[in-house]
Amino acid sequence: MQGTLAAIDYGGPWEVPPINELFDFPAIPGTEGWEILGVSLAVNRTVLMIFAAVIIIAAFFWHSTRDATVVPSKAQNLAESFVELIRNEVALPSIGPEGNKFLPFLTTIFAYVFLLNLFKLTPGIMLPPTSRMAIPAFLAVVVLATYVVVGVRKRGGSYFKDTLFPPGLPLWTYVIVTPIELLSNFVLRPVTLAIRLFANMVAGHILVVLTLITIHAFLTVGLFGEPLSATTPIGVAALIASPAVFAFELLIITVQAFIFTILSAVYIGLAMQEEH
Amino acid sequence: MEALAAALVYSIATLGPASAIGVIVMKSVESVARQPESEGSVRGLMILGVAFVEALAILGFVLFFVVLFA
Repeated sequence: MQGTLAAIDYGGPWEVPPINELFDFPAIPGTEGWEILGVSLAVNRTVLMIFAAVIIIAAFFWHSTRDATVVPSKAQNLAESFVELIRNEVALPSIGPEGNKFLPFLTTIFAYVFLLNLFKLTPGIMLPPTSRMAIPAFLAVVVLATYVVVGVRKRGGSYFKDTLFPPGLPLWTYVIVTPIELLSNFVLRPVTLAIRLFANMVAGHILVVLTLITIHAFLTVGLFGEPLSATTPIGVAALIASPAVFAFELLIITVQAFIFTILSAVYIGLAMQEEH
Repeated sequence: MEALAAALVYSIATLGPASAIGVIVMKSVESVARQPESEGSVRGLMILGVAFVEALAILGFVLFFVVLFA
C-alpha cells in the first residue's frame, strides 16, 4: 500500500498491490514475540480495535443503565430504544415469546458487529476488523454453538433426530435429505453467516480505498503519464461521489450487522421449534 | 488467465442467486401489499429464503478466491 502511494507521488513503475496489503498490519513494536504454545499473541491494529470496541460497548451500557430512572436520561433513552429495537424487530418475530431470553445475546452481537463495522468509516482508523476472517468466523462459531445447545436443551435428543430425519417423508428420500440437512444445518449456515459479513466488509473497504486513492492521485499528481489537467475532472468527480460512497457504506454496515443478528435469531428460533 | 477464470466463476455464480433473490423479494412485497398485517411473518420468511439462496452466491465468492490463489 505504501509502495503504491509512493509510486503515485514520486512517479516510477507501480502495480496494483495484492488485496492482502490493505488488511494486513505489522505487530506493534514490543509485542512481536508474544506467544503461548506456539500461537502468536502479537498485538496489531486489528486487535487494538477489538479491545476498543469491547471497552466502548461496556462503558456505554454501564454508563447509561448505572442509575436507571423512570424518566430516562439521554443516554438511558438511547440504550433503551436500542434494546427495544432488537426486541421488537429481531427477537420476538424470529424466536417468539421466548425471544426475551436471548435479547442480551442478540443485543451484544448487534452492538459488537455494528461497532466493528463502523471503524471502517471512523476517520483515523478506516479499517473494519470484521474484514479479517477471524472475527466473523469466531462469531459464527458462537452462534452455531448457541443454537445447537439451545436445541438440545429444549428438545433433547429429538433435536438431532428431527433435524437430520425430518418426519413425514417417504423412507427412501432420507438417502438424499439427510446429507443435505446435515450440510445445511451444521456447515453451511455458520460458514455463510461468517462469509457474508466478511465479504461485504472486504468489498466495502476496497471501494472506500479506491475512492480515496482516486481523489488523491488524480487531483494532486496525475496518473498514467497524463498531465494533471487531464486527470482533474475525474478527481473532481470522485470527490463529489465520495460522500455518496460513504453514505452507501454506512447503509451497508448497518444492514450487515442487522442481518447477522436477525439470522442468528432465526437459526435459534428454528432450533427451538417443535416439528409438527 | 487465472484472473479471468476467477472473474467468470464469480460472475456466473451470481446469475442464479440474483434472479432468485429478485423473485423472493418481489413476491414478499406483493404479499405485504395485499395483506399489510402479515408484514412481520413475511419479512422473517423472506430473510430466511434470501439467506438460503445467498449461500450459493457466497460459495461462488469462496471459489473465486480458490481459483485465484490456489
